[in-house]
Amino acid sequence: MAILVIAEHDNTALKGATLNTITAAQQIGGDIHLLVAGFNCQPAADAAAKVAGVSKVLQVDNAAYEHQLAENLAKLVLELGRDYSHILAPATTTGKNFMPRVAALLDVAQISDITAVEAADSFQRPIYAGNAIATVKSLDAIKVITVRGTAFEAAEQNGSADISSVDAAEDLAISQFISEEMAKSDRPELTAAKVIISGGRGMGNGENFAMLEQVADKLGAAVGASRAAVDAGFVPNDMQVGQTGKIVAPELYIAVGISGAIQHLAGMKDSKVIVAINKDEEAPIFSVADYGLVADLFDVMPELQQKL
Amino acid sequence: MKILVAVKRVIDYNAKVRVKTDNTDVDLSNTKMAINPFCEIAVEEAVRLKEAGTASEIIAVSVGPKACQEQIRAALALGADRGIQIETEDSPESLNVAKLLAKIVEAEQPELIIMGKQAIDSDNNQTGQMLAALSGMPQATFASEVSIEDGKAQVTREVDGGLQTVAINLPAVVTTDLRLNEPRYAALPNIMKAKRKPLDVKTPADLGVELKQHTQLLKVTEPAERSAGILVSSVDELIEKLKNEAKVI
Repeated sequence: MAILVIAEHDNTALKGATLNTITAAQQIGGDIHLLVAGFNCQPAADAAAKVAGVSKVLQVDNAAYEHQLAENLAKLVLELGRDYSHILAPATTTGKNFMPRVAALLDVAQISDITAVEAADSFQRPIYAGNAIATVKSLDAIKVITVRGTAFEAAEQNGSADISSVDAAEDLAISQFISEEMAKSDRPELTAAKVIISGGRGMGNGENFAMLEQVADKLGAAVGASRAAVDAGFVPNDMQVGQTGKIVAPELYIAVGISGAIQHLAGMKDSKVIVAINKDEEAPIFSVADYGLVADLFDVMPELQQKL
Repeated sequence: MKILVAVKRVIDYNAKVRVKTDNTDVDLSNTKMAINPFCEIAVEEAVRLKEAGTASEIIAVSVGPKACQEQIRAALALGADRGIQIETEDSPESLNVAKLLAKIVEAEQPELIIMGKQAIDSDNNQTGQMLAALSGMPQATFASEVSIEDGKAQVTREVDGGLQTVAINLPAVVTTDLRLNEPRYAALPNIMKAKRKPLDVKTPADLGVELKQHTQLLKVTEPAERSAGILVSSVDELIEKLKNEAKVI
């Protein structure tokens, strides 16, 4: 049994979710090969070779894979993946984009967003926005799986796998990358942060998020938001934590002025420690919080910043 | 330009999800059902393209038992022109749905297929991508902006960390994210009119598709409950607890 894991990277470095996906592959068991498909992606391939548990890195270096467009990447994975028992990718927007194409072209199901490995063919995954957990058995010869990163530890980076270059490029030329606009921030990324402080509708406006940023800087935290805060136009949508935004599970999650709608809870309830700060003591967020503080956030945040 | 939209009948997003006591599945008896919110956004986007003169006809398709005709009628009330129901049992697997839709695409030859990025019941986020692959088409998933020009669609996608814009050749599949648009409410006269719009019923056999079972649902359980926490009375107490009890700062 051999497992092909598709690395997520930006050609220069691996994305963290790749490391969590390797851990899921280790729990399934078998030889693990890590595919780095990109353009001028030697640094990413070198990083891939250091991931513990990986026996071989497959590097495909071609302009067709520079932006990991779903059409080209799926075609490549289809060609390379036929001899594997499992094909895994992180359940990020990249993995979610190309992996179902691979599954369809192999005529197999995709098991999406797994949170636990029960057996080599059986997996747990959340359904109904995390309100139920399904255990699903795959009946297909090749199991195509996307992995929820926050549900698995990150693999160590002390390995030394061989890198073999694969010449398999094909540009289908039916889709084209135009541009991207990434939010720039000195703070850690939401999905990788150990501490997250998020604001909700209670923040009142976007300017008030500066209070959260000041506390975040003291804690080395990322700043997130609820969907209500995003929909109200306070902050951009890449800050959204929730079922329809980022799924996070940091060591510490501080929810400020967030009521705790189901869709928000689905995105953060696996955090190790949850703190809720809200002046409404009836807010549902308190039912999942380890520590609740019923108080006005506009009093609490300056005090917190000062005392941390 | 002809547009195909796929709509799914799912639990209403406001309804409470109950797991069956024998852990075989979620209990949907006596539960309010509705059109999947992401599918509703897909219908709205198609209707806006028609209103802008870009689209000429909108076909709404749903796969499932007869009850899903309600959701097709809902799409017709929003502005779709005609409907197709493909009769199957409850909860067909995504790949089977994609194969059935691929046959409709082959017969109808739409230039654009708009679907929700995921259904709020199974949360799979895969049928649109599968349909695109089976039909040999490009795709733009998680769309927050779509414009059609010169035989191409330019689509802004919501990706981790920001936005990505791609151009895809038509015909193509676009899947919707939440901020693509805000669906309108169907006006009563349009709901009445929708009842008279044509709605065809087809079976997988009509389409020459043999449904296969790829997965087996072993069990469905409640998610692990978090144990109740405590209320602290001051910022000082909160910091003390986080430092000395939880040891996270």
